[in-house]
Amino acid sequence: MALQILLNLAIAFVWMFLYNDFSAPRFTVGYLLGIICIGLLSRFWPHDFYMRRLWAVVKLLVLFTKELIISSFLVIMQIIRPRLAVRPGIFALETELKSDWEITVLSCLICLTPGTLTLDVARDGQTLYIHAMDIEDVNELSKQIKGTFERAIMEVTRS
Amino acid sequence: MIQIGEILIGLLVLSGALISALSAFGLIRLPDVYLRSHAATKSATLGVLFILVGAFLYFAFFLEHVSAKLLLGIVFVFITAPVAGHLNGRAAYRSGVPMWERSVQDDLAKDLKKKESK
Repeated sequence: MALQILLNLAIAFVWMFLYNDFSAPRFTVGYLLGIICIGLLSRFWPHDFYMRRLWAVVKLLVLFTKELIISSFLVIMQIIRPRLAVRPGIFALETELKSDWEITVLSCLICLTPGTLTLDVARDGQTLYIHAMDIEDVNELSKQIKGTFERAIMEVTRS
Repeated sequence: MIQIGEILIGLLVLSGALISALSAFGLIRLPDVYLRSHAATKSATLGVLFILVGAFLYFAFFLEHVSAKLLLGIVFVFITAPVAGHLNGRAAYRSGVPMWERSVQDDLAKDLKKKESK
């Protein structure tokens, strides 16, 4: 992926040298041309086209923002309810993610989802201990949410 | 156009302040450390973000100054707040702060005990 970005920058610089014009618009045009070239020649690369991964990153960011807004409204609803109706608890969650980087992103996402907070990561890095605000429904629901999170992260890291 | 901007910025800052106030209320109201840190991480983060976005839009619309520092501030708050919540919870758990008595389930204690007995 880094190699593709470097090549894309090289194409942009070659474009600027061809026009003898070192300005930001010329660089942008060159960069866009480079994206098109690399996209057309992507079957010669061992890895996927890097714009696809960039798109996955953007999707992950959108997911992050959406979850943050939903979760804080849920927490506020719990706070202003006259009687406290929460049933907190800690549950363990097995994850398929391997590298430290992926697990960090996953636990940050979990910290911002509706009513869950990562408390601890087991030493083998395969189990996350999560404190849930309302364990009854969350236990099923969060598995589903984490299915989408894990998939979104995997799309970024291994494609 | 300017009026729409005014209303939008006003709404953003007002709702940010409201969310911050509610999460402060949650800090008083909720019974134990872990539940409080739920309120502190999520709602407070969102409140600060709304206020910062409102300030950014104000500078961009009315003073015609795109403030990169505010954008950086938004990004930094966004990244660091969940980590702070996680570390608080973990430190509290490791130093033996009890959970609320109506908590239902505790897998972490089970697993820690299993490891010690091994």
